[in-house]
Order: sequence, then C-alpha cells, then structure tokens
Amino acid sequence: MNKYQVIIGMEVHVELKTNSKMFCGCKNDPFHAEKPNIYTCPVCLGLPGALPVANKRAIEWTVKLGLALGCKINLFSKFDRKHYFYPDLPKGYQISQYDLPFCYDGKVETSFGPVGITRVHLEEDTGKLIHQKVNGRDVSLIDFNRSSVPLIEIVTEPEIYSSAQAKEYAKKLRQIIRYLDISNCDMEKGGMRLEANISLQSHPKGVQIQTGHPKGVRLPNYKVELKNINSFRFLERGIEYEIERQKEILEAGKTPDQETRGFNAEKGITYSQRSKESAEDYRYFPDPDLPPIRFDDKWFGEIKSSVPELLDEVFSRWEKDYKVDRKIVELLFETTEEAKKLDEIFSNLSNQKLPIDKFINTIVNKKLTINLFDKNAEEIINIYKKSVQVDDVSDEDLKKIITKVVSLNPKAVGDLKAGKVQSINFLVGQVMCKAKKKIEFSRLVRLIQSSIK
Amino acid sequence: MLNKSIKELSELLNKKEISSVDLVKETYSQIEKLDQKLHSFITVKDKNIALKEAEGKDKNRKSDSLIIYGLPFAIKDAYVTKDLRTTAGSIILNDYHSPYNATVVEKLAKAGGILIGKNNMDNWGHGASNENTNYEVPHNPWDMERITGGSSGGSAVAVATRMTPFAIGEDTGGSIRNPSSMCNISGLKVTYGRVSRYGAIAYASSLDTVGPMAKSVEDLSYLLEIMAGHDDYDATSSRLPVEKYSKYLSGSIKGKIIGLPKEFFGEGLDPEIKKTVLTAIKVFEKLGAKIIEVSLPHFVYGVSIYYLIALSETSSNLGRYDSFRFGDKRDLFSNESTRRILLGTYALSAGYADKLYKKAQKLRTILIQEYEEALKICDVLLSPVTPSLPSKIGEMISDPLKNLLEDLYTGTVNLVGAPALVIPAGFSEKNLPIGLQIVGKKFSEGELFQFGYLYQQETDWHKRLPTILKNEK
Repeated sequence: MNKYQVIIGMEVHVELKTNSKMFCGCKNDPFHAEKPNIYTCPVCLGLPGALPVANKRAIEWTVKLGLALGCKINLFSKFDRKHYFYPDLPKGYQISQYDLPFCYDGKVETSFGPVGITRVHLEEDTGKLIHQKVNGRDVSLIDFNRSSVPLIEIVTEPEIYSSAQAKEYAKKLRQIIRYLDISNCDMEKGGMRLEANISLQSHPKGVQIQTGHPKGVRLPNYKVELKNINSFRFLERGIEYEIERQKEILEAGKTPDQETRGFNAEKGITYSQRSKESAEDYRYFPDPDLPPIRFDDKWFGEIKSSVPELLDEVFSRWEKDYKVDRKIVELLFETTEEAKKLDEIFSNLSNQKLPIDKFINTIVNKKLTINLFDKNAEEIINIYKKSVQVDDVSDEDLKKIITKVVSLNPKAVGDLKAGKVQSINFLVGQVMCKAKKKIEFSRLVRLIQSSIK
Repeated sequence: MLNKSIKELSELLNKKEISSVDLVKETYSQIEKLDQKLHSFITVKDKNIALKEAEGKDKNRKSDSLIIYGLPFAIKDAYVTKDLRTTAGSIILNDYHSPYNATVVEKLAKAGGILIGKNNMDNWGHGASNENTNYEVPHNPWDMERITGGSSGGSAVAVATRMTPFAIGEDTGGSIRNPSSMCNISGLKVTYGRVSRYGAIAYASSLDTVGPMAKSVEDLSYLLEIMAGHDDYDATSSRLPVEKYSKYLSGSIKGKIIGLPKEFFGEGLDPEIKKTVLTAIKVFEKLGAKIIEVSLPHFVYGVSIYYLIALSETSSNLGRYDSFRFGDKRDLFSNESTRRILLGTYALSAGYADKLYKKAQKLRTILIQEYEEALKICDVLLSPVTPSLPSKIGEMISDPLKNLLEDLYTGTVNLVGAPALVIPAGFSEKNLPIGLQIVGKKFSEGELFQFGYLYQQETDWHKRLPTILKNEK
C-alpha cells in the first residue's frame, strides 16, 4: 500500500482576449503581432508620468468567470501593486490584486471530487524576454507586446490528490473559460499557464484521503512549485515525476527543498529553477493610481445576467433530454454561442424524431464533414438527413446483385463462413458498388448472410 | 510688460498694442539677464523656436482666442514634454526625452500658451528647499543667499522675477505653496483629482497635484479654468464639471467663517511668520469674515503620516528608473532620494507595514474626518505656509529632518485632498516674503479665489517686486 498521499494546489494564469490591454488602449494581440514592441504606449512601457486606467470589460469577464465557478464576489475591490525587479516588468511592480480579489470561494467538480477555488483575481501580464544571439553576442531582448495584457489567476485549495485529478481540473477549467468565450487559452503560446504546488504527506495510520482536506490536518511543511507547464500531459507527467522524486527523499528521512521547478519534456523530468526558502516580500499596497472598484446593483446585475447556463448544467440537461454522452458531445463545441446552436439543432432533431446520438456520432466520426456553426439549424439538419438517406431498392433487386457478388468472390464468402467477420464489410461494399445506391448497412448484412446460408 | 496680469496682457494682445513676439522677447531677455544667477530653469527652449511659435500666434489670433493665447509660460520639470527633455531635477533623467506630452502641457498648448522652458526642482519632488536638485541650486530673488523653497522652487523664481507671466508647479506636500510663499507669489494646490496628473512624473501618486503659480489670485483663477477637468488618461481625475472660476473674483465674504486651527500656530512656528499671519487675519475681519479657533487633534501626527505614505509611494514609483531602457544608473539617486526610497521600502516591508504604512493609512482617514468636521463649522481654514523663513542655502540640505518639517502645515492638506491657496501676506524684518495659506473644502477652489482675490484688493504684498528686480532699475 502506498505510504504517501500527494497534495496539490494549482495556480492557473489565463490571458483574456479583450480588444485592448488591461490598463491602456493598446491592442491586445501579442501572439499575432508582426513585430516585437508594436503594441505599446507610455502606459504599458512604464514610461515616466504614465498612468493606468482599468479595462472595464476585463473586470466584468473576471467576475463572470468567478460566477461560473460558483465564487462569491467582492462587491468592493481594488488593485494593488506587487513589487519585484525583473527586466520584463517595466514599472518595477505588477498591478495585481492582493487582499480583495474580485472572486473567492468557488469550486470545480471533477470525477475524483470537487476542487475548491480559493480566489480568482485580475492582474496584468509582463513583457516577454527573448534570449538569443545577435551578431555573435548572447543578448536578452524584451518584447512588450504582451506587457499589460489582462491576466486572470485562478488559485485552488490544496485539494487535488492525484496527477489525473490535476489534469482533469485543468482541462475542465479551460473548457469553462472557453465556453465563456473570454480567452482562447492557447497553451502552446502561453495564453494559459499551469502551475502546481506539490507535496507529499504520509498517511496518518495509512488512511487515504479521498476528497476534501480534513480540517485541522496540517499540510506538509514544504511544497515544490512546478511552474510554466504548457500542456496537460506535461502537467500529469511532471506531477508523477515529482511524486516519485519526493518519495525517495522522504524515504531517506529528509525533507524536499522548498523550491520552484520546471519540467523538461524531452527528458521527462523536473529540474530546480529557484530556491524559495524564504517568502518573497512583494510590498503590496493599494495602487493609488486606480480608484477602488464598487459594483453597484445595476452593474453587478448586468454581469450576472451575462453569465450563461453553466456548462455542467448544459451537459446534464442534454443527457436527460437527449441521452447525449458528455464525453462525446463536448468534442463538438467550445463557446456559449456554439452550445446554444447545438441546443437548437438537438431540439429540431428531437422534434423530427431523428436520433440525436446518431447525429453526434456522424459528426464526431467525421462521416459527415460540416461546420455546425456557420449555417442555421434547419440547413444543417437537411444536409445531415440527405447524408444518411437510403435509396429505395427492393429486396428482389438486391438479392439478384448479391447472388452475382457471392459467385464472383468465393474467397471472401469462404472466409466469412469460416468465421472471418470482417469479410462482410468487403461484400457489402461490393454490393453497394454494383447497385450504385446508398443502402442501409445492416439491411445488406442481413441479406448477404441469409443468401449464403 | 510681464508685470501685467494675464487678463491685461490678453487685452493688449487683442488690441494689438503688444504682440506675442514682444512678450517672448521680454521673457528671454529676463532669463538671459537673471537666470545665470538665479537658476530657475533646467532647460530653456531655443529662443528662435519660441519666437517662431509667437509669430504664428500673432498671425492666428482671433477675437475669441482663449485668455492665455500667445502668452509664454514655464513648467516645473516634473512634466514630460515632447519638445524639451524632462529631468525631474535628477541627473538620472538628464537626457530623457518623452515620446508624449503631459495632459496639462497639451491643454495649455491647445489654449495657445507658448512653452518656453522647464523649471528647476528638487529631484523627484524630494525636498522643500530646492537644494536637492542635481542642477544648479536656485536662489531666492529676495535674498540671493537664501533658498527658494521647494520643490517647485524654479517656477516660483521664474514668476517672481517676471521671466514668465505664469508657471505650472506640482504639489505633493507643499511643493507649490512653500516656494510661492518664500518668493512672494500666489500659488494654488488644487483638490486631488481636479487637474489630470497624466504626464506628471510621480512622487507620491495619492498626494501629487498639478497647480498654477502666478502673480495674483486673479491669474490663478483664469489658469485653473484651462487646466482643470476630467482626463481619460487619469483614472483619479474627477468628472465634476469645471467651474468658471473667474466669476468668483467679486462679491463679498461677509459673514463667512474662517477657522484658525490652533495646532498650526503652536510650537515651532517662527514668531515673525505668526505675527504676519495674525495681522493678515485683520484684513479678512475688515472684509466681514468671522474668525474662530478650531482644533485638529491628530494634526500632531500629520508629518509622520504624510511621510510614511509619501515615501512608501515614492519607493514604488521610482522603481521604474532602473536604467534598463532609459535614464542613467540607480547609484545616481541623490542622498535625499535614496533616504526617502529606503524609508518607504521599509515602511511597506512585511513585518513593518502594519506598524508603519497601514497605520499611517488609518490615521490618514482620521485626519480626513477631522478636516471635514472643521470645514463643516468653517468656510475655510487659515494658517501659515511654512514654520520658518527661507533659510540660507546649505543649512537645510545638511539637516534632513528640518527639511521634512517644512511641510508641517502643508503636507496634511495633501493627505486630505483639499485645495489650498497661498498668497503673499507680508515681509519679515529682513525683507523675506511671508505667505498665508487658505484651505477649503474639496472642489471649492472658486471660494478660495474669492477670499484670496478680495484680500489682494485690500493689500499690495503680491505686487512687491523682489530685491533683484529693484536693484536693476
């Protein structure tokens, strides 16, 4: 039996896809910029005299996400300055939120149990450092296109108990964010960045913690921060590696170092980046350039009503009404708009007494290649109906063709008789080819089998 | 000519009795004549460029041109400008050229003002004597051996010696008021949020204000009409409509109540200043105002609260001067600025923030309430500006604590966010100027102008010319 229980808390950063940046009017599109430093101004470059002005939409979207995660909302909130020196941070501080995040105390359901959301707050992204050789010299270049892009941070409780749960949580979070249509969550480019705080706890008398951290149980006296993970698979592998690594250290009677580690995907290992023995002092204080934010009833009401039917609810409704499997249907869409479209299609199919699971299978298995979201529901259903329509052929005519096919393919018939079931596919194909018609597959199987008995 | 008021100049320009070119010429001749001794400017615009601008103004002048159309002006070097370098009085920004103009610069330029140069200041606003500049220390035109006050010392000198009809200063804890008082000019610290701070190099963001400095209250009122208003680039700028302040330049203050906060007249106040301010009060009494004594019990903590907050903020604001992308190395920060950055960093640090920064914020709230209470009873509060007369150059820079205490009567007003007007009120035995301060409710600049204007109708202190100008004549 496993002597240790892994305890994981996650921090996820997501860039919002607002038109403009968080505190200035610059275009927010760092991934498609033709050149470095073209989407910049005195504000996001931190030039003398420049002042930030908060992006209202980014604030609304943060609250919207919070509501979708079941969070409570701080109706009085503010921005704080978080100080540290780094060349990609032009002001010497990052505008973030400290003790009054917009959202707190929510949760995300996973198949392993719920994961508590500690807080969701809004901040600004930093510039990007690029280390390369220029004229034979190693140099570090800074691109400020990303500087001050709105960035949401979602922090969980230390309530994740396996790498698989961590992966499921992160995937589900991305699904929810995309559903709200507030971020593309492009992992490869850094539009969504994962961090996991990992530590191992020996079981009190071998009791395995299943869900929810029992109150009063002390967390391990160390944690290892696994940072800048840009894929779900790497997250899972990185955590697995850490579990083994930390186990070895604990087995040897030592405590793993408190540190930040990165994941080397090629070698499949984690490596030390920075020691974090002492807590950093960010000297947070309220940013005097930005007045506190008060949500009055009207504004808060508007944001509330912008939150769509929650994704979990959509899936359970579809399952109940249309017997649709979440795992399959979730492959079909991302955003709220797209979900609404599917709703329309499903209800139309249902009215016409057409099987919805078949429709979904047809689309998912690409038997029918169609964009579900650029036509109206009726058109889509017509195209679908046409694609599955069978031609009218009599059993008489079919039997004639089957007799011919059977006589021309003695080997396939022999194989079939000998129990090689796949041969039926070949024979069906031959019959359809000869008939030059679209005929229901099961009908042909039945006819062929009866003819060779 | 530059001795005339903004209104008079505007009228003469409209009547074409004088031209902008004449004014700009006179401006430069004053600067050339005096500034090698006084050092009120860090950077002066190329004269030919300024003259060309003036020619353009003369040509394009219309009957409905704004009151400052075609007038030269100077600004404290804390405001970024595209045309001229911006140093904030620090060698670190010696070669810094901003890609944009501060909002106040844009507004004045749009109204037709001609920027002629950037005034000397304590670096980053860190000082009350202007000795903490990395450029030549400016001299007080009333006594060349003495300080100008600070941090907007250069602007005060330029106005006092008629190098410019008006200037724009910046006030975080007294930086407009203190040199205005020491150089015998009129200066306004506006309500926080009344004028956009965009493009003002930040000293302490929750206290910084942008205000006019001029020869008279009348001039100030016209300037504020142009400078004030909401700015999309400053989230802390107010959306309250801008008043026509010049309409307050009449009427009466009969029956209005002036409060004298007793703590402002206590220990540490120079007896000559005390006497002068108390004499000035008689003028207001004569104008019909009622004088009462009020108390601001937490005022004794004012300087501590002010510095804990100002220095915390400045330690954050100056973090960007890391020389990565612009400016010179950090070790060029002056001793005074280094001291302030270190104190502020300390006050915000874990383990100390609760006792220092956060406690100061709580006391700030109490102080705000006390001011509000006092201003419920009174229309305005009246007080001295500085506790001491302009000291000899070199005295204060070697006594940092004394430098900090110069903000005793002014700093708390910034904590509260209220407006305060400073006007000349008399002279010491050694003929050093003494001003007085009138503090009002938030956004009551108009009322302050009324008090100040009526006082200046009764007195001529503000018309007195500094010794250096008299000697010339």
